[in-house]
Amino acid sequence: MTSQPILEVRDLVVEFATRDGVLTAINGVSFHVDRGEVLGLVGESGSGKSVTGLAILGLIDAPGRIASGSILLEGEDLTRMREAQLRRLRGKRLAMIFQDPMTTLNPVLRVDTQMIEAITAHEKVSHKAARAKARDALAKVGIPSPDERLASYPHQFSGGMRQRVAIAIALLHRPALLVADEPTTALDVTIQAQILSEVQTLAQEAGTALVWVTHDLSVVAGLADRVAVMYAGRIVEQGSVADVLENPAHPYTAGLIGSVPSRNRRGVPLSQIPGMTPSLAKLPPGCAFAPRCARADAGCRNDPPVVAFGTARMHRCFHPLVTAEAAA
Amino acid sequence: MTTPILSLEGVSKRFVKPLDTAQKIARLLGSRLEAQVVRAVDGIDLEIAEGEVVGLVGESGCGKSTLGRVVAGIYPPSEGTVRYKGADTATLHGRERRAAELAVQMVFQDPMASLNPRLRVVDIIGEAPVVHGLVTRRDVDAYVCEVMTRVGLDPATRKRYPHQFSGGQRARIGIARALAVNPKVVVCDESTAALDVSIQAQVLNLFMKLREELGLTYLFVSHDLGVVEHIADRVAVMYLGRIVELAPAEELFRKPNHPYTQALLAEVPRLEPKKKTFSALKGELPSPLHPPSGCHFHPRCPFAMPRCKAEKPMLKEVAPGRFSTCHLNDEPAKAA
Repeated sequence: MTSQPILEVRDLVVEFATRDGVLTAINGVSFHVDRGEVLGLVGESGSGKSVTGLAILGLIDAPGRIASGSILLEGEDLTRMREAQLRRLRGKRLAMIFQDPMTTLNPVLRVDTQMIEAITAHEKVSHKAARAKARDALAKVGIPSPDERLASYPHQFSGGMRQRVAIAIALLHRPALLVADEPTTALDVTIQAQILSEVQTLAQEAGTALVWVTHDLSVVAGLADRVAVMYAGRIVEQGSVADVLENPAHPYTAGLIGSVPSRNRRGVPLSQIPGMTPSLAKLPPGCAFAPRCARADAGCRNDPPVVAFGTARMHRCFHPLVTAEAAA
Repeated sequence: MTTPILSLEGVSKRFVKPLDTAQKIARLLGSRLEAQVVRAVDGIDLEIAEGEVVGLVGESGCGKSTLGRVVAGIYPPSEGTVRYKGADTATLHGRERRAAELAVQMVFQDPMASLNPRLRVVDIIGEAPVVHGLVTRRDVDAYVCEVMTRVGLDPATRKRYPHQFSGGQRARIGIARALAVNPKVVVCDESTAALDVSIQAQVLNLFMKLREELGLTYLFVSHDLGVVEHIADRVAVMYLGRIVELAPAEELFRKPNHPYTQALLAEVPRLEPKKKTFSALKGELPSPLHPPSGCHFHPRCPFAMPRCKAEKPMLKEVAPGRFSTCHLNDEPAKAA
């Protein structure tokens, strides 16, 4: 790699202090995203994918904390920054879209008020210029008659339109990094496709690096360049989308792919992963997936190391489906 | 053909928001306020054969859940008839009516919203069979254990409350409750939508297993085309209260006839590692308060003709067993 990645996360550990003791929601996660690249962060509920997204933005509140590791945005460590410094970056160099756009939008303020505030917070421009910029941003995300819509309240928009407004706000300052936490999960397929296509073009035009957090492998398949699969707070496999989806190395990835209905023959039972995701409070020793894994043996009670193999791929498994030699 | 287990004839469901007092006064003074009417379901004909799995797909607001509820007997239809084994359910009385009602059960989307949080699982599952006299109060415990085992729940957990279960287990409780009254038809309204992929696979497999064991018929309402493609024999696609296409699942997914179905299928993200440029279907679902004239889909349809704006297309058989509501099928050039 010649150029510096936009985002580099190294050995990130996030803990939550609870009544049952300290839970490690993220346990040594490392990944990077280059300029204009889309990384899909995939996992099921409780895998730590959303917490990873929040940690990047510095949005982990007590009782949670970043226990160790670093998050480098264009070489600067976000975990060491003070809140005031972070505030200057948030909304300008790094932005986030949430699953529910009402997390971003204030229900009692008109859209123009909110957008102009977001613009003037980082830029010295006149009210008029800010309004024009807001108008253009709305037009860019495909909102019809943006002039009139600026004067509307969030509840006057449909779900898909609201998500567009949230995306427009996130992209106002052409951020270097955009973290998207399941922004299309609540939307219909046709609206999801519209939003995916818009985010795709916008990210390409501005060279924004994108971290797309989702539980839906098929969204990642069409959108991302690389994918990282999370399970119980760890990245268990990472690589290019084509490699991972066609030749998964980790049994969990393979199980996840096998569970998707369209990958299976009609009428034949879906291949399923037995059991359910473990509670973070009662993680088994060693590989957290071992109790549900058909390939597990006694050795899986030890921590599986990170194994790099193939072209920029890694997995954490003692019994991978693709061996390093075979992939080479 | 034998009598279908369920048949819908011209079923409509309207929701009316009546005028309030101020609006009524304004009307007396000459304003043209009208009560707002939403035709959530608009003239649906559908037959479901015994043992069949019919998938009902469409975007939010297309009326698929409302239709599911009409079928399950939760809403009475505003117009049209719902027949169970040939008998109009609205005219049945007494024991026959109850039998027809019990025979069609529903599994809801959100188990937490449909399971009473203050009841133990044994009461949630056991209440209906006791009330309807299927089991005596003395035998209910053993009966609930049997039903729970069937859906893959540990009977030892029957004294627990719903919040003590995981999402997938709650979905199973919802299924067990529906099965407890020995239904013939189960209406599943987005029953797997809230679940993780690996849990969804388990629940879908359970549905298929139960179908084989109990000879169930399913009406499977879902927005997830992948799920419907996997599970359904026939698929009905709805748009703004009407069925726009009805066909055997394999044929529908291979060669969709209606432009809306085509667009919908093109948008489904596939598990294929190919950078795909999402070609967006323009616009959004119009408001069902003021549906477009003629074919409801014409403002978004890439092939719309003047006729589509003026004339409502009817559900026509375009190939054996395949139905579509589109004027394009009458155009000789396009049909070729």
